[in-house]
Amino acid sequence: MRYQKKELLNYINVVSFAVVEANLYLDTHPNDEAAIEYFNNYQRARNQALREYANAFGPLNLDTAVINREFIWADQSWPWQLEG
Amino acid sequence: MWYYEKRLEFPVKIKTPDASLAQTIITQLGGPDGELGASMRYLSQRYAMPYNNVCGVLTDIGTEELAHMEIVSAIVHQLTRNLSMKEIKESGFDKYYVDHTTGIWPQSAGGEAFTAKFFQSTGDPITDLTEDLAAEQKARTTYDNLLRLIEDPDVREPIKFLRQRELVHFQRFGESLRIVQDHLDSRNFYAFNPAFDKQESGNNMQNRKGNCGCKS
Repeated sequence: MRYQKKELLNYINVVSFAVVEANLYLDTHPNDEAAIEYFNNYQRARNQALREYANAFGPLNLDTAVINREFIWADQSWPWQLEG
Repeated sequence: MWYYEKRLEFPVKIKTPDASLAQTIITQLGGPDGELGASMRYLSQRYAMPYNNVCGVLTDIGTEELAHMEIVSAIVHQLTRNLSMKEIKESGFDKYYVDHTTGIWPQSAGGEAFTAKFFQSTGDPITDLTEDLAAEQKARTTYDNLLRLIEDPDVREPIKFLRQRELVHFQRFGESLRIVQDHLDSRNFYAFNPAFDKQESGNNMQNRKGNCGCKS
């Protein structure tokens, strides 16, 4: 495994922020090639990290959730909690 | 349609509770220039926006504001953990506590309840976007005022992030206003409301009488 839980969550926060920021920029600059490449790179990194996180530590969203015997989505801590 | 993602847009980990600070920061949840009002403003205004890319800006910023509501709520929640009755009384948090204990309820720093009166949705794209520009600046001022009150870096960092987002949103709304104006008559942006009035073709604009209700 490449990352510990905290580190991987931090990485997801960073690449997700890049996606949000590029998303807003592209809304008003839809033909900016450099921004499109930036968006595509970070979106790919984000999707891969979300899948990695779900496999190792539990899902951050339902699209990447791997549900076997137990529905761990609701059982695990929530992000506003200090320990979350 | 929205899906939840189980993380904050910017992490909140506050080691030292401070009920007095919580009472000021809660205004960015439910106060006149708070994140709840911001989100409801942009998501409500979308339906009268005739231009798809500006609908995109309103949707995407409105969605980000929901995430900001969650960050502010998390800050208030963590600042009000494990309070003693003595701390509740001395911090002045008793007035909030008596109605809400330590639950999260959207109000201003002065105790005023959140209301839809904090924002407009006029159905006029120029008017709405001009309000949105002002709203981002008002929220930025509120965050500046909060930052003068806050010393704890655990609280300052997420507030600084939220303040920075107001600047980016202001920039995007400025571009959105330009996009709307580019669709309109450059000699009189107010000749008609593109969300409501029946529009004549662009090259016939100089001959039109206008539906603004004013004398031409």
